[in-house]
Amino acid sequence: MKEVFRILEQDARKTPQQIATMTGIPLAEVKKAIKKAEGDRTILKYKTLVNWDKLGEEQVWALIEVKVVPQRDVGFDAIAERIYRFPEARSVYLVSGTYDLAVTVVGSNMREVAAFVAQKLAPLESVQGTVTHFLLKRYKEDGEILGVEERPKRVPIMP
Amino acid sequence: MKKRDLISKRVRDISPSGIRKFFDLLASMEDVISLGVGEPDFVTPWNIREAGIYSLEKGYTTYTSNYGLLELREELAHYLKARYGLDYDPQSELLITVGVSEGVDLAMRAILDPGDEILVHDPGYVSYMPCTILAGGIFVPVPTTIEDDFKVKAKDIERRITPRTKAILLGYPNNPTGAVMDREELVKIAEVAQRHNLLVISDEVYDRLVYGVEHTSLPSLPGMKERTILLSGFSKAYAMTGWRIGYAAAGEEIIEAMVKIHQYTMLCAPIMGQMAAIEALKTGGTQVEEMVAEYDKRRRIMVQGLNDIGLTCFEPRGAFYTFPSIKSTGLSSEDFAERLLLEDKVAVVPGSTFGQCGEGHVRCCYATSLAEIEEALERMGRFVKRHRSI
Repeated sequence: MKEVFRILEQDARKTPQQIATMTGIPLAEVKKAIKKAEGDRTILKYKTLVNWDKLGEEQVWALIEVKVVPQRDVGFDAIAERIYRFPEARSVYLVSGTYDLAVTVVGSNMREVAAFVAQKLAPLESVQGTVTHFLLKRYKEDGEILGVEERPKRVPIMP
Repeated sequence: MKKRDLISKRVRDISPSGIRKFFDLLASMEDVISLGVGEPDFVTPWNIREAGIYSLEKGYTTYTSNYGLLELREELAHYLKARYGLDYDPQSELLITVGVSEGVDLAMRAILDPGDEILVHDPGYVSYMPCTILAGGIFVPVPTTIEDDFKVKAKDIERRITPRTKAILLGYPNNPTGAVMDREELVKIAEVAQRHNLLVISDEVYDRLVYGVEHTSLPSLPGMKERTILLSGFSKAYAMTGWRIGYAAAGEEIIEAMVKIHQYTMLCAPIMGQMAAIEALKTGGTQVEEMVAEYDKRRRIMVQGLNDIGLTCFEPRGAFYTFPSIKSTGLSSEDFAERLLLEDKVAVVPGSTFGQCGEGHVRCCYATSLAEIEEALERMGRFVKRHRSI
């Protein structure tokens, strides 16, 4: 049944009928599995991967290293929650290494991102320090290469 | 000198390929979806390509041993042992060829004397007959039918054996039909080969591309290693068609004979491809499985789609081809392919290209994107509706 979700993860527009044909799983079962997954948040949402550069949209992305002091009983979870509730935070991960939380932030310009870090993130009580890396260029996103890849043409008829 | 005399009789005896005219048609057309390709649509996995690039950077630009790089043959011996339980001596029983195409040619020339007959299932890959003729042999087709899912039967082979029969050729998983042989029938064929003291050339280049069934490698059957020439390669499993690396595995005497021809005609397979093939064997297992899983999804969509539009299609369990019947249209396979291309811009290969028993069918390859398969099926559906004869 995992195959159903692998297919949807690659292309959310595949219909249950197509998925049933591709996997050999009966249509009713595919529909049931998808419905259940949508209900219990196994499927979080269906989204489209857009290359905003092509639309001329100015977006500023930053990766922010956040060093925090873990709190008694809740460890990193409470501070992580404080951070991920901000809509500016696109992703929040707990990581091993020299810092604790990796936060991705998006804004329409650098000032907006800087303001978020300076006014919202850094002043949080458990935050000891932050390092902000602005993204200069995106090469690959979610497994997709953003530039146009030249694909050699195959011979259209070959025995 | 008359023009006819310029060319040898042997070459004149080879009939021109039925698909040549499609090249010209295709060249002048746009927006064609091709189900006529004969290769993966994946690019060679990056680590394998990178190994090829690295070999160039290191300056590996020389000839190799006629047999191929020893390291590659050793890796290959491990691989064949692990996968099929086969024991081949990398020093003397393995030969790296320039694709399986060269392997077929070498095998034929190594074993056939003028007038020797070779039994080959029909339909089958296009090079089997010309290579037989070029080697001076006589090509004896053994019919297969859609009723038997295009699997050749031991009794049909045995019925055609004469005192001049030298070998049987098997190309399974099959191009063009996608058929995969059952182990039980292969055992029977092996018994026929032993009873009549025949060699078997087993072209297993699609061995890794099977869906829900197991491929049985012919030389792994009892008593068959010594009378089998196993041909395979890297093109299909690892998406390495352009690298031109195949191999032959057989007893020392046969490999030595094949090397004798190979050393004078080819010298050796390209070293860059051989270096990349070593990487493929060492690390490419998971990537093959991923590609097979992807082909399997497309296979199911295509088989279902073809049956839905009225082109009856048995379920192919191997390679990346479907071989639907076009009888419902009343057209010959060549007419069907030509009209489909001109009217609805989908390229397929006429079944007759692969032998008389391929008539009434076309070969549709599903090694192309799902979006293209779906669009092609829609176009073919419109075409079939217009041409339905009943």
